Amino acid sequence: MDSPRAFARFAKASLGHIVHGNRTYYAWVGFLLLLIAAGSAAYLGQLREGLIVTHMRDQVSWGFYIGNFTFLVGVAAAAIMLVIPAYVYDWEPIREITILGEVLAISALVMCLCFVLVDIGRPDRFWHILPLVGRLNFPTSMLAWDVIVLNIYLLLNWFVVTYLLFCSYTRRHYVKAIVLPLVLFSIPMAVSIHSVTAFLFNGLAARPFWNSAILAPRFLASAFCSGPAILLVLLQILRKVTSLKIKDEAIFKVAELMAYTMGFTLFLTFAEVFKEFYSGTEHLVYTKYLWFGLKGHLTLVPFAWASVGCGLAAFLLLLIPATRKRWATLNLGCALIYASVYIEKGMGLIIPGLTPDPLGEIYVYTPSLTELLVAAGIFGVGFLVFTLMLKVAVPIMLGELTSAPGRPVSADHHP
Amino acid sequence: MATPSFSMPSRRGLGLLCCLLGAMSGLRAQDIQVPPPPFTEGLFPCTVCHDGKNLKVNRQRRELKDMHGDIVLKHGPESRWCLDCHDPLDRDRLHLASGEQIEFTVSYELCGQCHGEKLRDWRAGVHGKRTGSWNGQKQYLLCVNCHNPHSPHFQPLKPMPPPVRPDAIQARKGGAL
Amino acid sequence: MKYHLGKSEPQDGPRTITSRRRFLGAAATAMAGAMATLTGCGKGDVEAFLQHNFRELSKDELKDVIARLERDARKKYGKDITIGNEPAIQGTIFGYALDLSRCIGCRRCAKACVKENNQSRDPQIEWIRVLQMDKEDGVDVTHADPYYNPEEVPQEGHFYMPVQCHQCRNAPCTKVCPVGATWQEKDGMVVVDYNWCIGCRYCMAACPYGARRFNWGEPSIPSADLNPVTHYLGNRPRPKGVVEKCTFCIQRVRKGLYPACVEICPTGSRKFGNLADPKSEIRYILENKRVFIFKEELNTRPKFFYFYGV
Repeated sequence: MDSPRAFARFAKASLGHIVHGNRTYYAWVGFLLLLIAAGSAAYLGQLREGLIVTHMRDQVSWGFYIGNFTFLVGVAAAAIMLVIPAYVYDWEPIREITILGEVLAISALVMCLCFVLVDIGRPDRFWHILPLVGRLNFPTSMLAWDVIVLNIYLLLNWFVVTYLLFCSYTRRHYVKAIVLPLVLFSIPMAVSIHSVTAFLFNGLAARPFWNSAILAPRFLASAFCSGPAILLVLLQILRKVTSLKIKDEAIFKVAELMAYTMGFTLFLTFAEVFKEFYSGTEHLVYTKYLWFGLKGHLTLVPFAWASVGCGLAAFLLLLIPATRKRWATLNLGCALIYASVYIEKGMGLIIPGLTPDPLGEIYVYTPSLTELLVAAGIFGVGFLVFTLMLKVAVPIMLGELTSAPGRPVSADHHP
Repeated sequence: MATPSFSMPSRRGLGLLCCLLGAMSGLRAQDIQVPPPPFTEGLFPCTVCHDGKNLKVNRQRRELKDMHGDIVLKHGPESRWCLDCHDPLDRDRLHLASGEQIEFTVSYELCGQCHGEKLRDWRAGVHGKRTGSWNGQKQYLLCVNCHNPHSPHFQPLKPMPPPVRPDAIQARKGGAL
Repeated sequence: MKYHLGKSEPQDGPRTITSRRRFLGAAATAMAGAMATLTGCGKGDVEAFLQHNFRELSKDELKDVIARLERDARKKYGKDITIGNEPAIQGTIFGYALDLSRCIGCRRCAKACVKENNQSRDPQIEWIRVLQMDKEDGVDVTHADPYYNPEEVPQEGHFYMPVQCHQCRNAPCTKVCPVGATWQEKDGMVVVDYNWCIGCRYCMAACPYGARRFNWGEPSIPSADLNPVTHYLGNRPRPKGVVEKCTFCIQRVRKGLYPACVEICPTGSRKFGNLADPKSEIRYILENKRVFIFKEELNTRPKFFYFYGV
């Protein structure tokens, strides 16, 4: 069967598979579509009135949208938490699930792009950022770098996933010479997307809270511990609802790596806090606002301590083998890690970086209803992309969805 | 009699300066465009009363009671009084420390005798308000246009309203959520 | 003392048009016509959508853009405005000095700026922010208050420090713009192309002086208060969703006038001039007064200086 025709059949079969499912599937997709509808309605209001419907103002000019963007770049980067042991250390139990990590990365990246789109004041001018057609300020602007690396990473993951699934669908061997270099390339790419995102914050001398050398390492460490959390929960669900076989070993190994990276994250956080409080310069105001409040403004304080508390608890739960290997505590640890890093990237990074503002003013920012609804809508989009891709990928991986049923499954068929 | 008033000249007023340039006598070499001295209505020329015949010159330092009692002197009153600046022999003029008489239109020469640094800065355009073109003609003000010579301390002003706080900035109509 | 701009690359206006741009331009015009027919949008809307960065427009394209913007303003405000495009005067680099010993915090500068530069009244935008600080603590923004409102100023024990765009020679804002919508002109002004800005607000995060403002909502100015003499890179009416800031009144200074804030200041605390002219008052200040630079350690090398005249 020639490739373009085969690909067309693959695409058609995938689409067919997406629109059919059991009741739970329809309910879940329906719920996501509802979220997306709510988010869209809120966004239309934002388009009409302008960003004034958010609570961002000149004094705090980035907020919930960029916080979510930053967190999700980390989640996207974390896909390589599976790639490294699978391909670099050639660890078989994880190999079969790396594709799921890449699907997660794609969904997260779609959400990242959506969050950027809803945050800019002139989305109709989005084309200005395209190289050649627009005017991309590369290499001077870190945002220009971010646009490039995020899109390369997205394309990379999308290509690898599609190629591997297509090969599985047609029961063909995938060409290792194509896949392996790309997958290995995705490791420095993943590091680069989160480093570049970190650089766009820490390159700003105007914001001393961000202008710290360890911001990029902190980003990477917190990404690698939080990203896989969603995946671990997902893998357990998939094991239950489909006949996908995932070894316990794989899940526990990932959880263990998460524990170490969370420990490192906590250490880096402590290092930052120590430097600020011990040297006690004027720059301390930002750290103080976050952990103890300033001039009676205590809005962020509970979040800061909750984040570190959850992180510490998760670290212990995932470090100690007894709690790591028990499903209840493992899942609790995953939830805690996710919460800890989510709070830290939003409340704990964006807001203290901008409060007090460069002229010393404290404007207490909390997201508006529009921002919450739009964000919910975008998470709906991301989860929908994730769901639909899995709806196709899992059956293909299991050999249930294929163009050549009955043909034996070859040994290295699994990506 | 009303005290001399010291209000800011309007921009239209400043525009009339050019005409005064040639007409003014006793200008120093600097050729500095300034508005006319802010005399009170009906007070100048002083020689109407101080003609040297009916009112005799009294050089005694004292507190004035019969006339000009409304002038509050807050300009180094321990060491300075009226005739240190106003010329005793010609009240339509001021006099420098040397005794040399000068017109009111160049009163800055007198101020500058004690406030030399201010005069130097003023000539450079760095002290006090100066309007015009950064690459062309400029309009100065006399010291006395901003500083009441009898009580020179710059008077406080009522501030204009503060900016709107960020939480008070809202979407105008019903808008979105 | 020789004054030059330093690291930021100065730009002057329309550049030579490459053949790629010519092709894209032709394609764009063709597409514009098609899109106008298909979407029912006016041709003007489509042209506005496809307009390129100011620095890449040819003389003719710029004329069309300005004509369109003047038409739009007439429609919106019912008033005829002129949008000038005066280039930088040869041999000028503008500098500004503010006398902290004389500023009394009356805010007339901030209000004059709003009038001259067509800033939105609702939502309110003010490019100049006056900070009240304690004489005891010196320049320390953690104790600054921009919302002071006593019966009269100056208040005992306080001093006043207005802050606006410093037109930095090593500007952090122009570095970070992802689309090159903000740059430094040859005469030193950092300008924004309001029709190219995508509103990402990265420049606002980068500015250490809090000088940039964003049009969070649709700006509104009563027609009677609209200043009709404008410059493309300065005080022309701005749209929603873009960044704006002080340009040292580019529409005035390129015609030889002083900025509005300099003219209105009742105490003469604001001084402005050509840094390249050794006889200017700004050079006199830099050479004879105790001058300091706000947040000097950030090496922004601004052209806005604070000094103590007394």
